Amino acid sequence: MNFKGVDYYDIDDLLSDDEKLVRDSVREFLEKEVKPLIVDAFQNEKPLNMKELAPKMGELGMIGGPVPEEYGGPETSYMEFGLICHELERVDGALRSFAAVQSALFMYPIWKFGSEEQKHKWLPHIAKGKKIGCFGLTEPNHGSDVAGMDTVAKKDRDEWVIDGSKEWISEASVADVALVFARADEGVRGFFVERGTEGFTQAFQGKKGSMRCGDVGELAFSNCRVPSENILPKTTGSGLRGVFMTLNQARHGISWGAIGAAEDCYETALNYAKKREQFGSPIASYQLVQAKLVKMLTEITKGQLLSYRLSRLMDEKKERHQQISMAKMNNVSVARYCARTAREILGANGVSYDYSPMRHMGNIEAVYTYQGTSDIHTLILGQDITGISAFTREFKTKER
Amino acid sequence: MDVIVCVKKVPDTAEADVSVGAGGREINKERLTFAINEWDNYAVEEAIRLKEEDEGTVTVVTVGGKDKEDILRRSLAMGADKAIRLDMEDPEDSFVLANVLYTLIKDQKFDLVLFGAQSGDFNSGVTGVMVARMLGISHAAMVNGIEVLDGRTKTSRELEGGLNEIYEIKLPALFTIQTGINEPRYVSISGIRKARKKELKVMTPADVGVTEVKPMLSLEKMYLPPPGKIAEIIGGSPEEAAAKLASLLKEKGAF
Repeated sequence: MNFKGVDYYDIDDLLSDDEKLVRDSVREFLEKEVKPLIVDAFQNEKPLNMKELAPKMGELGMIGGPVPEEYGGPETSYMEFGLICHELERVDGALRSFAAVQSALFMYPIWKFGSEEQKHKWLPHIAKGKKIGCFGLTEPNHGSDVAGMDTVAKKDRDEWVIDGSKEWISEASVADVALVFARADEGVRGFFVERGTEGFTQAFQGKKGSMRCGDVGELAFSNCRVPSENILPKTTGSGLRGVFMTLNQARHGISWGAIGAAEDCYETALNYAKKREQFGSPIASYQLVQAKLVKMLTEITKGQLLSYRLSRLMDEKKERHQQISMAKMNNVSVARYCARTAREILGANGVSYDYSPMRHMGNIEAVYTYQGTSDIHTLILGQDITGISAFTREFKTKER
Repeated sequence: MDVIVCVKKVPDTAEADVSVGAGGREINKERLTFAINEWDNYAVEEAIRLKEEDEGTVTVVTVGGKDKEDILRRSLAMGADKAIRLDMEDPEDSFVLANVLYTLIKDQKFDLVLFGAQSGDFNSGVTGVMVARMLGISHAAMVNGIEVLDGRTKTSRELEGGLNEIYEIKLPALFTIQTGINEPRYVSISGIRKARKKELKVMTPADVGVTEVKPMLSLEKMYLPPPGKIAEIIGGSPEEAAAKLASLLKEKGAF
């Protein structure tokens, strides 16, 4: 396999031989085994069968990222995991979402904050794709304002009783286990709730314009009792601090994934523009089309450099979370811009699922919002550079 | 069973816009990407399977500069045990290349040597067979099945029209491998980690005692086929188009 990618600034030269081989192997697998399934899954909103695909992905080391081999993880570097995410989202955002949920949102907090029993119970099975996890944080009434969550957990002797609901949860309906965050007397805590637990329901959310190849759904808890060993232990990482650390893991992968989607849009538009003839010449010969292509390529290249540097910083354990926010925010915007611009260049054909930009355009809208909206990341950066938080303020309603 | 597999890095021309360079003797390579020759990848997989069924080692060999090492590393990650890169310019002439590979292979320990049946660049399909003759061992070309018996193999070859023939061949032997003989595995991250510890040996022509031989062929001219004069686009629904195509083919005597 070889690299047929967008690489205007020879970033490939900055990667090690092993990193390139990881990327190329993942690409080869996806091109042959997964890409042919995408358009039908998206069009019919019939998610890819992850029970079948996940074991193959696990076998190749695509699930778990930096989770150590000791717990069955592939123990990749952040650079390698970033490249995997890049390849996944280049094919479809739902695939990258899957890998991110398993690796960053489910496995990472267990690896960092879980008990030894929890690590051994879940990590090897998730890494091999034999079990699927999901991460329950977002609620119908609390998205960015996660601290205000309504889901509660009450201690009842040696059990916890969970009540509430979670929405827009990737892999909700197929998951074997959910890591759910709920408000206890002592603050927000994480709980493992296994499929089939009484009072726990998992449902698929349809009628979406985005992530139609993937499972997205709702989790509901009604007097749902879990044993006390199902709580993520109280450490410095338990509670919301751990949640934010976890989200940063996923955001790094998103920054790479979004650029993968942007590249696919750009390549589709470039190939189309060179072949499509109007007024007797390929449309690539017209200045307005060239300007669009050049702008896309320039934005992609800048995004690649952000992600590249971010991964290296994370591998050196030198990153600041604000840097992760910048990469997520910028690269998702680049993907949004490229999907729309590629769609334009493709003219009427651009709205067809025979070409990828319209599908990426749908997917990237979810990515724009999840794992911290671009607005929230802007405020994180704003606070970092000014020292002033602009997240909340007293809002006075005018008297009528 | 110890198996040597000869692999080559070739340009991927399947979906690329291929153009002939100014001298008319080679294609423009600047915009092309390069990868392991497809047939060779099947040969590597077959060698690894033979090793997994029985014991032994798999050694992959290529001729060329450092930029060719990625196909060796890839083969190691798939499961080969050892790799050798002969550090010299990859000769384009099959006879010269066969002579180089023969010189290298004759001093190695092997029961079986595998080549891809052809290479995606020049498609000559002769290098492997020439090496077998130079080594003085049995060979079979276009092999699509290998079963190892005691000191022999039962080897099937693909013929035209979907026919197969099966030979019993005494080892050591050399086979050139047809695509479809197996389903090559994907490279896994754990395979990549293991490959890090495997030997990738770089040898010089002097190390192996390569002697200079003259090419048997010289390339005169390379050109893209001129566009045909008769082309008909068949329109209509898939059913209509298929019916029209079938009747056209019948008319031209294709059936």
